Amino acid sequence: MKGNEAIAHAAIRCGCDGYFGYPITPQSEILETLAAEKPWETTGMVVLQAESEVASINMIYGGGGAGKRVMTSSSSPGVALMQEGIAYMAGAEVPGLIVNVQRGGPGLGTIQPSQGDYFQATRGGGNGDYYVLVLAPSSVQEMADFVDLAFELSFKYRIPAMILSDGVVGQVMEKVVLPPFKPRRTEEEILRECPWASTGRKGNRPINVITSLELKPEAMEKHNLHLQEKYKTIRANEVRYEEIQTEDAEYLIVAFGSAARIAQKAISDLRSKGIRVGLLRPITLWPFPTERIQQLSEQVKGILSFEINAGQMVEDVRLAVEGRCPVAHYGKMGGIVPTPDELIQALAKDFQINALNS
Amino acid sequence: MENIISPENIVYQKPKLLNDTDMHYCPGCSHGVVHKLIAEVIEELGAEEKAVGVSPVGCAVFAYKYIDIDWQEAAHGRAPAIATAIKRLWPDHLVFTYQGDGDLACIGTAETIHALNRGENIAIIFINNAIYGMTGGQMAPTTLMGMKTATCPYGRQADLHGYPLKITEIAAQLEGTCYVTRQSVHSVAAIRKAKRAIRQAFENSINRRGSSLVEIVSTCSSGWKKTPVEANEWMTDKMFDFYHVGDLKNTVED
Repeated sequence: MKGNEAIAHAAIRCGCDGYFGYPITPQSEILETLAAEKPWETTGMVVLQAESEVASINMIYGGGGAGKRVMTSSSSPGVALMQEGIAYMAGAEVPGLIVNVQRGGPGLGTIQPSQGDYFQATRGGGNGDYYVLVLAPSSVQEMADFVDLAFELSFKYRIPAMILSDGVVGQVMEKVVLPPFKPRRTEEEILRECPWASTGRKGNRPINVITSLELKPEAMEKHNLHLQEKYKTIRANEVRYEEIQTEDAEYLIVAFGSAARIAQKAISDLRSKGIRVGLLRPITLWPFPTERIQQLSEQVKGILSFEINAGQMVEDVRLAVEGRCPVAHYGKMGGIVPTPDELIQALAKDFQINALNS
Repeated sequence: MENIISPENIVYQKPKLLNDTDMHYCPGCSHGVVHKLIAEVIEELGAEEKAVGVSPVGCAVFAYKYIDIDWQEAAHGRAPAIATAIKRLWPDHLVFTYQGDGDLACIGTAETIHALNRGENIAIIFINNAIYGMTGGQMAPTTLMGMKTATCPYGRQADLHGYPLKITEIAAQLEGTCYVTRQSVHSVAAIRKAKRAIRQAFENSINRRGSSLVEIVSTCSSGWKKTPVEANEWMTDKMFDFYHVGDLKNTVED
């Protein structure tokens, strides 16, 4: 099935309580699949087509703030509209899942695939000092697997989680093993797991208020320090990445999502020509695998950050490498997906690999 | 005196849900009275454990400091979207929003209209004082023609500013609304009627009868640059002339 369809099926299967979204290409299959599956008749999951992305993200704020596992999905311009709500979620520590099946920008851009929202996803995206936990799937299988993972992490840390996909992974059809059915949490389980949520004040407990507002500077600073402490914990515990043939690598490609698939093909071609290239694929874009890239930069002659954009993740790669080895970027924009051959040529040119120029 | 204050002589008590925190509202403001009515109604309905309020951006942003129930504080204008999700996910709850005219009828018009049109089982309490109170008295979507504010200092003119929006009349046209009413809290009789309206709206939410909108035509003495007494007079004189008080729609059988 398509990556977008896998997201919808995984949501129903992982005990998701509600989906709120607005149609936009190339991800409308998520809402369409949910509407066709009618999970409100089986698991009781709510599915609602909202009036806008702005309303959708605020429905996620409301649902997550009330302790429920809720999600929305959109594509780049729609996710841009959601940034205010995501900042409010971060400030009020509301869990929830946002799926971005990226298309090219800026502005209305194109409906073709892109990875141009890396900055937006990994730098907060809205106002204030905050991060969103970002997972980058590179296959339909991971589209399915990351839904539950994103919810788990989001509720564990009370942080909005994002699945940063792209038009390739969203639209490509692959075999997928859907996760086993997990029931939605009962009211008792929600009250136990989310004692902070606005679920209605039971007995004499203090009232629960979901808010990002605090007018006293000292209290607001304290809240911000608490958020920063949480981000530190997440950085220490939740970095995820995959390595392919890095043990003996002389050159390293860093790529995520669909770009990592292209890189894998390029690496097998390069290996057959005797060039030892490895791949590091960040699975969490925030927190970023800074330490591992740092270690690998001691080993390799050069690192190429391969992205379907003008060069965004390359900044994080450079911050990890700190000049230990040359770092270059290769990518395309406008909805054009580079080929493995183009990537090989870029690598040869950037690191003067003569064996490839012959 | 001390002999008079005894349980058998008590004819009125502050609702328990309204706590003792000093309110930040100006003298003569309608918010305090409406807060009290909300607390009374929730208490009378015995709905404390399933009530969730959504507070706006505006003067009532801190409504959660005064009424001891669970709350969510919304981004400017988005309260009906937040309430939509809470009610759909907790269908037995009493879910209401508390919004001013700038929040509900300007920046949040889309969320307001669509939540009401979908027939979300929520109650919207709409405080209309025809001005932006918290930011210091700027023009609102509900500012009357000719009315002076900080951003229309020579009075609202149609060619420059457009016309005041009667969003409650629009709400009454929508299939999803079951109860739409306009009230005020400037006199004891008006307060009693407003309380009945809030009670019906809250019962509609609990019993999932559709969307309810209760507009409260309100005073803003600070924003209007009037004394509380003058503000009440100006409201009954000028505001009621344009915003007619009474039920606009009620599809619910008593």
